[in-house]
Amino acid sequence: MLAAHDLACERGGRALFRNLNFTLERGVLLHIKGANGSGKTSLLRMLCGLTPPASGRITWDDEDIRGLRENYAAQITYIGHHPAVKDELSALENLRVAQALAGQPVTVAQAQAALAAVGLQGRANLPLRVLSQGQRRRVALARLWLSHAVLWILDEPFNALDVEAAALLERHIETHLGAGGMVVLTTHQQPGIASQRMHIVQLAA
Amino acid sequence: MNGQSIWLSLLRRDLLLAARRSADVASVIFFFVIAASLFPLGVGAEPAMLRAVAPGVLWVAALLSTMLSLGRLFAADHLDGTLEQMLLSPQPLIMTIIAKTLAHWLISGLPLVVLAPVLGLQFDLSGREILVLTVSLLLGTPVLSLIGSIGAALTLGVRGGGVLVALLVLPLYIPVLIFGAGAVTASAAGLGAQAGLSLVGAMLAVSAVFAPYAAAAALRIALE
Repeated sequence: MLAAHDLACERGGRALFRNLNFTLERGVLLHIKGANGSGKTSLLRMLCGLTPPASGRITWDDEDIRGLRENYAAQITYIGHHPAVKDELSALENLRVAQALAGQPVTVAQAQAALAAVGLQGRANLPLRVLSQGQRRRVALARLWLSHAVLWILDEPFNALDVEAAALLERHIETHLGAGGMVVLTTHQQPGIASQRMHIVQLAA
Repeated sequence: MNGQSIWLSLLRRDLLLAARRSADVASVIFFFVIAASLFPLGVGAEPAMLRAVAPGVLWVAALLSTMLSLGRLFAADHLDGTLEQMLLSPQPLIMTIIAKTLAHWLISGLPLVVLAPVLGLQFDLSGREILVLTVSLLLGTPVLSLIGSIGAALTLGVRGGGVLVALLVLPLYIPVLIFGAGAVTASAAGLGAQAGLSLVGAMLAVSAVFAPYAAAAALRIALE
């Protein structure tokens, strides 16, 4: 279980939010809403443990994530605003390196299956610089088809995706929730997830 | 999941990326060759003088060409978000930094060691001096990569980082330069090269232990 206790965030000497409290149980998606600059990405980076909160703490199963470090990192898959892919490498190489770095190495066949699942069959061996923005996004998101992590933290996952790919991702997120997984995401769209599975945190601008 | 395979796949990735961007790697090596070759043209082809300046010239050229490639150590991974993923890896960050620093040395340090004997001939060095020069570079260039990794991590995301990294790191390179070039000079003067080489080796041992910790701390601060 992920919980935030009295979280506060400051950026450039300005308080973005304070006294933020929430808990996230298994099987639930947390949709973080807020205007541009309200601290959505900062909150996600805090939940990953990349940025320490200005005050308050974040706990995973009642232990502070700062004490858990690599053990907590093994529980999460974070897909940030930048897709963390290299133009010089092929889609297949990018995916396999990303999985190895996350401590979950995959075979060529497994990686190809994941790329086929996100609609990139036949493009696995192309260097990423020849793919479109949406296709590069799909390569980054293909990690979700291979991830063993319980908690997915996704920053604007629907950006640059077409309608079909967005629906595919929504269905995959629902499968993950159904299997007892947890998701935290930001998006300006209304994610097509059953509302009883979705909690909302609204950040004030 | 064992940490060793994460480490190896990271090292393999950095070498693969370097192979795909071979122009970047080649430009650093050519810089080393050209910078070292300009000196004989500038100071004149007097063999005694060339022999006297050779150790210093080759070492300074090695320092400068290492500086040129330091920007690539973390900057590209920082821009595209890979560095965040590295911080979130179950592998300790220090292992990631060791893999990246080793890749940096294999790409931009080892070629200098290989080329040094050829450039040494250009300066009319004797066989023994060439041997000492090569060994001193073999021990010294990893120190340059290790100290450089701290500078590259500290200047991450800073505007004008390339100049700043030179200002930060070049003073720290001075001891390596003095004892590395000093070993060759001492050998030419008939004194043993052992003292200088031992000191460069000691610097390698110390920086291999401490530099990755310093770079890891700097990276965490840079990514907050």
